[in-house]
Amino acid sequence: MSYDISHLDVLESEAIHIFREVAAELERPVLLFSGGKDSIVMLRLAEKAFRPGRFPFPLMHVDTGHNFPEVIEFRDRRIAELGERLIVASVQESIDKGRVVEETGPRASRNRLQTVTLLDAIAEHRFDAAFGGARRDEERARAKERIFSFRDDFGGWDPKNQRPELWNVYNGRIRKGENVRVFPISNWTELDVWQYIARERLELPPIYFAHRREVFRRDGMLYATAPFTELIPGEEPFEESVRYRTVGDMSCTGAVASTASTLETVVAEITATRITERGETRADDRATEAAMEDRKKEGYF
Amino acid sequence: MPGASTNGDMAALQSGVASSGLLRIATAGSVDDGKSTLIGRLLFDSKALFEDQLAQVAEASRRRHGDNGTVDLALLTDGLRAEREQGITIDVAYRYFATPRRSFIIADTPGHVRYTRNMVTGASTADLAIVLIDARNGVVQQSRRHAFISSLLRTPRLVVCVNKMDLVDHDQAVFDAIVEEFTSFASKLEISDITFIPISALNGDNVVDRGENMPWYGGPPLLYHLEHVHIASDRNLIDPRFPVQWVVRPGDAQGEQHDYRGYAGQMASGVLRAGDDVVILPSGAETRITSIDTFDGTVAEAFPPMSVTLRLADDIDISRGDLIARPHNHPTVSRELDAIVCWMSEAPLQVGGRYVLKHTTKTVRAVANELLHRIDVDTLHRDSDATALELNEIGRVRLRTSAPVTYDAYRRNRGTGGFILVDEATNETLAAGMLLDPDEPLRATPAAGAGRSENVVWEETKITREERRAALGHTGATIWMTGLPSSGKSTIAGALEQRLVESGIPAYRLDGDNLRHGLNGNLGFSAADRRENVRRTAEAAKLLADAGVIAIVSVVSPYEADRAAARATHADAELDFV
Repeated sequence: MSYDISHLDVLESEAIHIFREVAAELERPVLLFSGGKDSIVMLRLAEKAFRPGRFPFPLMHVDTGHNFPEVIEFRDRRIAELGERLIVASVQESIDKGRVVEETGPRASRNRLQTVTLLDAIAEHRFDAAFGGARRDEERARAKERIFSFRDDFGGWDPKNQRPELWNVYNGRIRKGENVRVFPISNWTELDVWQYIARERLELPPIYFAHRREVFRRDGMLYATAPFTELIPGEEPFEESVRYRTVGDMSCTGAVASTASTLETVVAEITATRITERGETRADDRATEAAMEDRKKEGYF
Repeated sequence: MPGASTNGDMAALQSGVASSGLLRIATAGSVDDGKSTLIGRLLFDSKALFEDQLAQVAEASRRRHGDNGTVDLALLTDGLRAEREQGITIDVAYRYFATPRRSFIIADTPGHVRYTRNMVTGASTADLAIVLIDARNGVVQQSRRHAFISSLLRTPRLVVCVNKMDLVDHDQAVFDAIVEEFTSFASKLEISDITFIPISALNGDNVVDRGENMPWYGGPPLLYHLEHVHIASDRNLIDPRFPVQWVVRPGDAQGEQHDYRGYAGQMASGVLRAGDDVVILPSGAETRITSIDTFDGTVAEAFPPMSVTLRLADDIDISRGDLIARPHNHPTVSRELDAIVCWMSEAPLQVGGRYVLKHTTKTVRAVANELLHRIDVDTLHRDSDATALELNEIGRVRLRTSAPVTYDAYRRNRGTGGFILVDEATNETLAAGMLLDPDEPLRATPAAGAGRSENVVWEETKITREERRAALGHTGATIWMTGLPSSGKSTIAGALEQRLVESGIPAYRLDGDNLRHGLNGNLGFSAADRRENVRRTAEAAKLLADAGVIAIVSVVSPYEADRAAARATHADAELDFV
């Protein structure tokens, strides 16, 4: 017996430990679930941490109202199967209540508005910890973030004053009104996530696999046309075989031209790609050199 | 679903890195040492850098340094706006890459003394530390500090990269001198597994590929070393320790499962098997493991770093913070703690200060009763007159806790030997603590061999071995068995001992695990400690053999040199050794 386990098992075990620490030390955690591949992995890890018991926390989706319908359908079905509770925090409601003002024009996105909806929901439900599926390999500000990321009573992140994080001994102590964002899969790479999905045979929303869709090209990326889409003169919708590499708001998530329609072929394409997932498919990170860092300071994930 | 697939395809998907493990690396240094260039080189040459990341760095370089075509790889790891603006590394950044053999996590930490706490953070989870030395400057204060912190956090392995060899004409003499100087300094620390590699991060020599500029270097390039270095044996697989993290009790909601009660947690060290007798600490209650559960079914045994759920035979009061161990292998249970502490807060440690202490899954309150000394991280000098520990200072502290803490010395067990101190009011993490044995002397144990008493002479015994043989009817000897943990050494040794004793020959088994509870109880699992473990065991066997007993040794002795030394010990005494 070699007492050696695979790197996926090491990462899984670390994530399970993190889930249980939060459940044990914080009073009102919530698991953020978007229906994307990372949060699908998070659900499986929560099952591994707490079954045969129930999750000691609800799930919450911050719904921009501009999500892919396939993903919403998948979300509802998967959560019904698990028998867990889902809270939907709606950006549309934040707009209707006047909490945020919708951006206008063809480049309008609800990505940034999500932060307000998220912070309002955290306050309303008095959540003191929120699990997120962010990974450090995604983006350079995330590469700097702790697994237990302390947020002040405005939800803000102070990157220059993070709590030291030693061994697997996490400090989740907070005062009333503050919260921690917890990232159990911080140390996973995109490829780890895909390999884990393959190993665990996790079902994904169909948009992760090649399908024909009406798209238009903007800034070198392919975007789906949707009822709320405003085209810029010169942009022509066309049909293309595409798949999505990340799942976010339709307004800022680009597709990849691809014919890979099975898990194996998708993973093969991802293994071979020379572009990061956020670089290839996310407009929200392209704004400035420190776009993610700035959003996190405001309370974003 | 569209992603449905067959078994064979799944296996093929995972055949890449799945079986080759994960290596956690800590690097420390400043831009000047070429640290960022080295990491950039590792990522670039192992194709872990993506085109858009490179384009981003190239664009940032243009803004920072003008349009001279250089790509500043430091901008890649310095992820925060303030770091890029000031051109310094402030906090730990994590980088990931994988080769077909292994996955790697690099904790890239700053090297300056004012970020010692960030170095400690990076080193705490590392399997291996890379210390960078600029070949032109030789061993400097900062290199010594990095080595000291690695030894303090017991990062098991150290790789010293002597960088910028291209700027010293790839001269072997320069490299050799640095190796000698560093080795001499390191002998004062508890690190023994040190590998030296001459590199040029800029040109890539000996980073991923060997290059042609240093034919005199016979070792492997850095990446090859990182891919092949053996780390499985760095874990403590001897002392079973399971801190209870979470009680799984589904209640009535799950219908037929309502009887289920399991204790979830992550194995800190050792191996536990279904059927093992166990003791719950601090209560001391004993019971038996009936099954080890995971979401994917039961497993026969659990070892670090597995997260599992234990079910027990008896209904005992067990809660989070309790620790499950074996009845004959107890950790220390005490309210008096003695520890080396690295202070991480602007507000200094004060004698008499009250803190929250978190150790494994247990949180207690603690008061700092005594500051024994402060250690200068650059000179290793101990200052016994210190009255406080300021930010980034390291010292030895005695604490008293509100409830018993169940621990092992950090040198022996990283999983149950570390703790953090938290401020009761601000909840800030104040310190990292490494626990010492309750009887640890005030001065650290000198390196193996260094403490040999010189003015003690050997007292020749008056009875000859021949006289002894005549009285006993036979001579003693030593039978040495080695192999990996759980390879069956102890079983074979036990059977042999029984057969010999039954046939009237005095035989005595020296079991490595058992010796580590007494004679070798203060030793950890570094190469130096393993060598000392083997040396003491060999000496004990020699005494038994000399007394006419057949000493049967079953011990993990991975190093050929140590086994040869054990053999030599017996040869010197003219005793049989097999």
